[in-house]
Amino acid sequence: MMEPGLYHILTVSIALFFIGVMGFLTRRNLITMLMSLELILNSVNLNFIAFNKYVWPGKMDGLFFTIFIIAIAAAEAAVAIAIIINLYRSNQSIDVTNAEDLKY
Amino acid sequence: MPNAINIALIPLLPFAGFLLSGLFGRKYIRNFAGMLGTALILGSAILALYTAYDYFFVYGKVDGVYQQFVPLKITWLAFTKELSIDMGLVIDPISVMMLVVVTFVSLMVHIYSLGYLKGEERFATYYAYLGLFTFSMLGLVLASNIFQIYIFWELVGVSSFLLIGFYYDKPSAVAASKKAFIVTRFADLGFLIGILILSYFSGTLDFQELIARLTSPESNEAKAAAASTFLGASALTWGAALVFMGGAGKSAMFPLHIWLPDAMEGPTPVSALIHAATMVVAGVYLVARLFPVFALSTPAVLEMIGWVGAVSAIVAAVIACTQTDIKRVLAYSTMSQIGYMMFALGVSKYGGEAGLGYTASMFHLFTHAMFKALLFLGAGAVIHYVHSNEMKDMGGLRKKMPVTHFTFLIACLSIAGVPFLSGFYSKEEILLAAYHSNTAIYYIALVTSGLTAFYMFRLYFNIFWNKPYEAHGGHHGHGEGGLVMMLPLILLAIGAAGAGYIPFGELVSSDGKALESHFDIAFSAAPVLLGLTGIAVAAWMYLKENKKPENMASSLGGIYKAAYHKFYIDELYLFITKKVLFNLVGRTAAWFDRTIVDGLVNLTGNTTVLVAEGIKKFQSGKVQQYAIYFLAGVVLLAAFFVYVWR
Repeated sequence: MMEPGLYHILTVSIALFFIGVMGFLTRRNLITMLMSLELILNSVNLNFIAFNKYVWPGKMDGLFFTIFIIAIAAAEAAVAIAIIINLYRSNQSIDVTNAEDLKY
Repeated sequence: MPNAINIALIPLLPFAGFLLSGLFGRKYIRNFAGMLGTALILGSAILALYTAYDYFFVYGKVDGVYQQFVPLKITWLAFTKELSIDMGLVIDPISVMMLVVVTFVSLMVHIYSLGYLKGEERFATYYAYLGLFTFSMLGLVLASNIFQIYIFWELVGVSSFLLIGFYYDKPSAVAASKKAFIVTRFADLGFLIGILILSYFSGTLDFQELIARLTSPESNEAKAAAASTFLGASALTWGAALVFMGGAGKSAMFPLHIWLPDAMEGPTPVSALIHAATMVVAGVYLVARLFPVFALSTPAVLEMIGWVGAVSAIVAAVIACTQTDIKRVLAYSTMSQIGYMMFALGVSKYGGEAGLGYTASMFHLFTHAMFKALLFLGAGAVIHYVHSNEMKDMGGLRKKMPVTHFTFLIACLSIAGVPFLSGFYSKEEILLAAYHSNTAIYYIALVTSGLTAFYMFRLYFNIFWNKPYEAHGGHHGHGEGGLVMMLPLILLAIGAAGAGYIPFGELVSSDGKALESHFDIAFSAAPVLLGLTGIAVAAWMYLKENKKPENMASSLGGIYKAAYHKFYIDELYLFITKKVLFNLVGRTAAWFDRTIVDGLVNLTGNTTVLVAEGIKKFQSGKVQQYAIYFLAGVVLLAAFFVYVWR
């Protein structure tokens, strides 16, 4: 069995990224959109880890970035969930098409 | 030597009166303001008389020539080491003479106004304005610097404006004050440009220096000024002509005279002070002050001054014959007499016997101040009595107002040039000067002197004779006016009768040397006869009420009508300003402002709105749309950095 290389991991990461983008742009449910966002962030994490391992094995930068992103994603999820709950309270819905009041 | 403090106090005392009455007049010293102003001006007048005595008879003359003294000079604004605006006092024959005239007439008017404006609500304000005017006029007279004279010149204009518009609830007074201000201001623009030209070439603003540099033909300044030309005339000529333009505006010379008759809307004592005796002769004074420059460096301008004066004299005299408002008659008479002074300067030369015109002009200025102030104050008393300015409401007043009648008669005789009164002497000198220098002007002056006698006696007979006096409406409790109104009349009458006996030629002359004035009976015969004829014609027409004036007017037809309408000069001005300036220049400027200037601003605004209308759709509120834009932006930037930037 072949050892997975950089390109394999990048392929997975790209697939993950575009699945996330697709979900973010097409889904109407805010929770699902948030999940898609997490997919995008994780694809980036995967990229950082892969480059760190295969290109500069002696360094730790990629790992640190990844840990930062995970921390920020957690905080962002908390904020986003709070916003979504408040939106539900006022709109009785978490459909993104119903939340279009903030416009020109 | 002159005492600087005494002389400085002459203008400063009325200024103190202005400050006190102006600041505290309304509340604290309301009834007392008139007495205060009068007391202060009395102090000024005594100081002025003392200064005149001291100058003319004690220290003024050195080796038979009257010297110019500058007892005080303070540098106010220094531009460079050479060029500065100074505030100074000049003592020379004409300034000393003017000090006496201004303070004396002002004192008379102050006293007279105590009676004339009694009970007036803005009594203290009136005295404040009078104080300001007297201060500015005295400052103008004493100015040692051409810029100082300009400052006081404008101050005089402002106080004239305030006093013409004193009855500010009367629309005609407001219009007249504006007209006076705008017309004189327009002339002062020329004056300012003239000052700038003269001072640019001479490199100084000081009168003594300026005259010295511009009159000596060898000096570099005079050469430079004569060498640079503009439109065919040298810069020096332009400068002198423009300075004269300022003087012509202030002195109501044709064609800038239109403000003076309207200025009669002010209280009558004000007309006596400002628009007869003092301010309107400022132009004559200015020409006299710069006389060496005019006479030695720019004879062409001096000749123009002569013609402007002569034309003003005769035009005003003709108009005066037809007016029915007594103050307007006097206003045109003033303009005519100032025309006399102007052309007397215009026909004069610098120095010696040929400088007779200069002396005559100053002499006439002096005597004119006396009899014209008297005429105005007398007219004021008449107006006070009958409550009307129109001749038709008057007549037969000689028994009702004996003092006014007698003093008015003296003034009329004096201005008509009847022998042995002051006007005779000064007018003879002017005619003599004109005769020796410019015959055309002499004949104009001769005709004018006949007309003067006619219109003055037309006025006199219409007021005091003609028909028996009938009271028009209302109250007639008061008599001629109290002592405060009669005393100035009597004092001025003494002046009008006796001022001619002052040996003016010895005191005031163009170069300071005494001038022998001699009278020639044969020469005097023509003007005196003409004057007497004028009086006789006036008596024939107006002594008794009759139809002759109407018949005369209708037989003269067009000429009478044109003169009655002041030769349509007002209409001409209105035509030029309203039709030509407003329509051509004003409308074009307004169009430019509205379409081009405003248009540019509107264009900017409209473009912004249009663009905003277009791009505001992008802010749709749809989060996913934003995400697409963002993604597209990232892709484009990535493509840019990958393929283009490298």
